[in-house]
Amino acid sequence: MTARLMATAAAISGRLHACDLAFEAGTVTMLVGPNGAGKTSLLHALAALPPSAGEIRVSGEDIRSLSPGRRLRYLSFLGASRAVNWPLLARDYIALGLPPGASADRIDAVLQSLDAGTLAQRRLDRLSTGERSRVMIARALAPGAELLLLDEPCANLDPRWQLAVLERLRAEAADGAAVIVSIHDLELARHYGGRVIVIDKGRIVQDGPPDIALSGDILASIFGVVRMDGRWKPA
Amino acid sequence: MRAGLYLLFVVLVAVLIIVSATVPLHSLPQLFASEPDLAWIVVTELRLPRALLALVYGAVLGASGAAIQALFANPLASPDITGATGGAALGAVFAAYIIGFASPFGIAIGGVAGAGVALALLLLLAGPRAETATLLLAGIAISAITGAGTALALALAPSPFAFYDAYAWLMGSLVDRSLPQLAFAAIPALAAIVYFARCAPALDRLALGEDVAESMGYDIVALRRNIVIATAIGVGAAVSVCGAVGFIGLVGPVIARRLTTGHPGRAILPAALIGAALLLAADIAVRFAPPDRSVPIGVLTALIGAPFFLWLVARMRWSVRP
Repeated sequence: MTARLMATAAAISGRLHACDLAFEAGTVTMLVGPNGAGKTSLLHALAALPPSAGEIRVSGEDIRSLSPGRRLRYLSFLGASRAVNWPLLARDYIALGLPPGASADRIDAVLQSLDAGTLAQRRLDRLSTGERSRVMIARALAPGAELLLLDEPCANLDPRWQLAVLERLRAEAADGAAVIVSIHDLELARHYGGRVIVIDKGRIVQDGPPDIALSGDILASIFGVVRMDGRWKPA
Repeated sequence: MRAGLYLLFVVLVAVLIIVSATVPLHSLPQLFASEPDLAWIVVTELRLPRALLALVYGAVLGASGAAIQALFANPLASPDITGATGGAALGAVFAAYIIGFASPFGIAIGGVAGAGVALALLLLLAGPRAETATLLLAGIAISAITGAGTALALALAPSPFAFYDAYAWLMGSLVDRSLPQLAFAAIPALAAIVYFARCAPALDRLALGEDVAESMGYDIVALRRNIVIATAIGVGAAVSVCGAVGFIGLVGPVIARRLTTGHPGRAILPAALIGAALLLAADIAVRFAPPDRSVPIGVLTALIGAPFFLWLVARMRWSVRP
């Protein structure tokens, strides 16, 4: 299946300049940029979160016009926060993110795929931050949405789980999803991104294959770093 | 399992209504034997309205407590701790004693407006997803203002008897309320409970985070506004008839969430049933006060609810909350 995703994000309270973006199914797109560059704002705009405006279409459907139950089949979003306020079981937490009528088998399948099957019956507020992150990522993957928007899914994860999560996201893309991920680790962005969007001061300054979008000039001018002898150094 | 628990609570509430309508029992058989018409009037026009008033007031406190807790993502939020109950009492007293709108409708409007202003002030002070300390401090401040305002309004009221009503307004009373008063409390309360129950799916999704719930298509801004309005209407109207009763809206939802495995939205209807059962039980208990003495119902609910509140605070203090 191929899905063409049209997204038009209007300016969001000075944080993000208007932009037109299209995302193809089957691709992992990495959003990178310095702190405060506008990565989260762009993800919020693509998820049609207020106060953003503009048209977000997934497989031809206007996301804003879809009811909560239907929207989950097209779009799934993981926010940056890992806070939990209620003592829900991990299984119940993921179930809240499923569209109506979806099989509960999805919960076990997606937890197993993140090697988190043993967490299913545990209370979310009693898990470590890393374990909680994996459950929250599982919640975002469980609906099997066509467009996956994940704000820093690798935050709070040790290197092994960062790789495992990114491998899982790559598999989601291979299964036909369009995956858009904000990330700070430029090496992981380069390795796992089929496309990299560089944002700075609310503007998209580069958009293309990793080697071009993350060229030495961009790294120096936007991130203030250079890669020398296999190590990052200040530019 | 869940259906069985619901049934159990419905039966419990029904039993409590029957007990409430007949306690104290010892005087009723004599009255039925000597003056059956009068006995019937006592049951249908005094005791049954009182029992039904306890039912709807307890239910709306429980349901609105559950809704407010889900909305603020905080188990310490409740109509009384957020100042809504106190605001309703102040609004009702102001309408009745200062402005002179002493009709049940006028007092109810005052109660609704007072609760609405208190909740709007809380949202302004503490923010939509308030940290516990901020929520409590803002609630304490609003409750202090509304409590003092109610006492002041009663002290300055032109009616010489107004000050003696302070007890009922600040501590609640279900005694000697009429059927029309019951209607003024029950209709808005039931409407609010139905609305809260309809919000349950959205409030459950709010547990995933406000941004995630919004990405699913739930309008959280409208939800927040509507729950504040529904709480103001339901609790405000009930307080305008019964005065301020504390802690039912705190205790009911906490017990209810134990039955709904932590789901804040699904806890709304169980919280209504538990709130109703708690207030009915408290109203039955206060009738066992010594002769010629009356214990305000709010004193009893505070005696049970305040230690529960302290336990909740201690539990949150010692548990790791990210």
